[in-house]
Amino acid sequence: MHEKIFEKIEMEKNQTGNIEFFLGEKEMKSFMLPEFIIERSDERCIRCRVCERQCPEGTHRYDGELDMMFHAEEKCVGCQRCAVFCPTNALIVRPHPSQYRPNANWTREKLQDLKKQAETGGVILTGSGNDKPYRIYWDHLVLNASQVTNPSIDPLREPMELRTFLGRKPDSLEIKIGEDFEGVEIQSELFPNVMIETPIVFSAMSYGAISYNAFKSLAMAAKEYGTLFNTGEGGLPISLRDGYGSSAIVQVASGRFGVDPDYLNVAAAVEIKIGQGAKPGIGGHLPGEKVTEKISETRMIPEGTDALSPAPQHDIYSIEDLSMLIYALKEATNYEKPVSVKIAAVHNVAAIASGIVRAGADIVAIDGLRGGTGAAPKIIRDNVGIPIELALAAVDKRLREEGIRNKASILIAGGIRNSADVIKAIALGADAVYIGTPALVAMGCTICQKCYTGRCSWGICTQDPYLTRRLNPEIASKRLVNLLRGWSHEIKEMLGGMGINAIESLRGNRDHLRGVGLEEWELNVLGVKGAGE
Amino acid sequence: MVSGLSLRDMFLEGVRPIEKLLRYVEIEDDRAIIDASELKHKEVNDLLRYVALKHVTKVDLVNVVGQRYIGTRLHIPNPSPKLEIHIQGTPGNDLGAFLDRHRIIVHGNAQDGVGNTMDDGEIVVYGRAGDVVAMSMRGGKIFIRDNVGYRTAIHMKEYVGKIPILVVGGTAQDFFGEYMAGGRVILLGLNLKEGERHKAHYIGTGMHGGIIYLRGKVEDYQLGKEVGILKLEEEDWKFVERQVEQYCNYFGANKEKIMEGNFIKLVPVSRRPYGKIYAY
Ligand code: SF4
Ligand code: SF4
Repeated sequence: MHEKIFEKIEMEKNQTGNIEFFLGEKEMKSFMLPEFIIERSDERCIRCRVCERQCPEGTHRYDGELDMMFHAEEKCVGCQRCAVFCPTNALIVRPHPSQYRPNANWTREKLQDLKKQAETGGVILTGSGNDKPYRIYWDHLVLNASQVTNPSIDPLREPMELRTFLGRKPDSLEIKIGEDFEGVEIQSELFPNVMIETPIVFSAMSYGAISYNAFKSLAMAAKEYGTLFNTGEGGLPISLRDGYGSSAIVQVASGRFGVDPDYLNVAAAVEIKIGQGAKPGIGGHLPGEKVTEKISETRMIPEGTDALSPAPQHDIYSIEDLSMLIYALKEATNYEKPVSVKIAAVHNVAAIASGIVRAGADIVAIDGLRGGTGAAPKIIRDNVGIPIELALAAVDKRLREEGIRNKASILIAGGIRNSADVIKAIALGADAVYIGTPALVAMGCTICQKCYTGRCSWGICTQDPYLTRRLNPEIASKRLVNLLRGWSHEIKEMLGGMGINAIESLRGNRDHLRGVGLEEWELNVLGVKGAGE
Repeated sequence: MVSGLSLRDMFLEGVRPIEKLLRYVEIEDDRAIIDASELKHKEVNDLLRYVALKHVTKVDLVNVVGQRYIGTRLHIPNPSPKLEIHIQGTPGNDLGAFLDRHRIIVHGNAQDGVGNTMDDGEIVVYGRAGDVVAMSMRGGKIFIRDNVGYRTAIHMKEYVGKIPILVVGGTAQDFFGEYMAGGRVILLGLNLKEGERHKAHYIGTGMHGGIIYLRGKVEDYQLGKEVGILKLEEEDWKFVERQVEQYCNYFGANKEKIMEGNFIKLVPVSRRPYGKIYAY
């Protein structure tokens, strides 16, 4: 038996040419170590070949002659699809234990990247958000709760308000109260606002970056729960406009893909995308092979053409130009929709946000250092931008100081992981948060960071029909709604604990936060006291 | 600090309700005249929307003094009117931005952003236009009699039968056709002297779709490296001739003389200009 295996393997090697010895003279052998190791329990494996079918990378392979499963570890991206679907739990996939000599400076990742670039000469791409150990401020902020001096509120018995309105609020509210205190009328001019049932909105993820089924799942969940999803810059398929337009924030980005008057008018709100946290300052790029027939129809560009989003919007070179586009969009939507402007959190974010509000935006969306992406140069994802917690605190403070905080809602993105992060964000001044990665994880994503390859085994970041079929919008949207429900309950519990019964009362209420393990300057930027103070 | 009050709204401050604007408009059957001399940006469109819903089909918009977004707020799906707007004076930036099937004729010059992300319809300018003409234009036609400024036809698009067309009688400044993803642009260079080359540099940088037809002289170094030069084929000649004919109908030029000129056709060398810079 063993001999036969050896022989077989030898033959395979010959065929795949995977060993330098067999390579032609000019071919380059890859020097990279596999990232994952696959351990298959032979006792448990029943040769059902599920793993082989599930893996889009072609990692697993069944040999009929030997009745054995083989795997090519160098192909594995660690998405865990096979491990989850293996009916006998025969598989363990974990980071490969092989190490170079330990070196705090030259880490395994740095060496691997160098080798990859030496082999390709390219810009290294990646997906998802920054995975480097920058300080996560959420984990250094703790929440308050009521004890004795003011009672906490039990959300199970008492009404608890999470409803949030996004958009410009008037400077003051004049009301007219009828005689005998009957009928109260608002006299001030009100601006268009969008109502959401919970302060959680799905982040911009374009049809193209993600599959139609994933896109539709987000739309369905947003609609069912009474919140919003964001189309990203890839347009809104006609088939979804009637059903889900009113739950959509539609994006207008530098590529202006799929932007037509109808697209703007079916939406709940319009968002001008200036920047993205995962790649501040650079444009987007949907490779031609992902521009399938349906995507080309939605983006209104020919099939197979690269969808290039230039780095700047070519009609915006200043705050005045931005203002011009904001009002162009208000004109195009008959002043019926709030207009949002989304920027990446960068050094002067507070001053920029102030300019954006002065330019007429109704919502300022800020995407932080840890924001996700379908594809970005790794060097940019990991090194450009600032953490969202600091950016948010700085923007909220600046807008308050300037007396214009009411003019725009603040939506933040990039780094929200659970309901505690949401509530801390609101206490730091956010009106609501965008969630991208958590929503993807709810649908199956395991943050393998390979979105840019277009072969997402979970059927999310791919256009391959064999893979996209894996995601059923009925079921995926249920997962998303469950997530929103679970988080909303938790937020109510935490609010109740603080003795607050409306999320409004927590907004920018930094007294409910304390810092732990933070430096003086960090506490200052965040505007919170240290714990015990 | 004067809270809130310190923020002036340059667009909406002092905008009057529609009842107060009616004295600036005269409607007779399906025609209307609007006097824009005292109107704010928004008020002009308020009145255009008003007359569109009153079944007007032709509007004379007179004394226009730089008001922006003229025609932008005319996406009215039901009953879906179609207006022809004649502008006397100088319209402001973003003329016909997001335009939805209407016609705009400017009897004079236009400023920046003509036809920004325009969807359908036609804009005819009896004069020159500023920067970013036809940016991200998706459909319809634009005719400019004289020159255009910088960044013309950036990221113009097309999809199947919906192909936007831009015809410019004069010359253009730098970044002409940058990132172009579709559409047809004709640059005639009629006001260039004998042997004088076009003004633009970086023509078609990052271009990955569409066609530029260029009449007159242009040196290699003026072209972006993503464009290739071709001779016009029969189909191209027919197409160019049709557009030139229309140009001449509008502006009274001599079609035969124009067609005698030297035309080249610029196309992207790849639909994927930046496909090779990444490591997967
Ligand atoms: S899915 Fe599990 S049981 Fe099936 S072939 Fe793969 S390892 Fe064996
Ligand atoms: S979406 Fe798919 S490819 Fe992207 S990180 Fe998640 S599992 Fe990986």
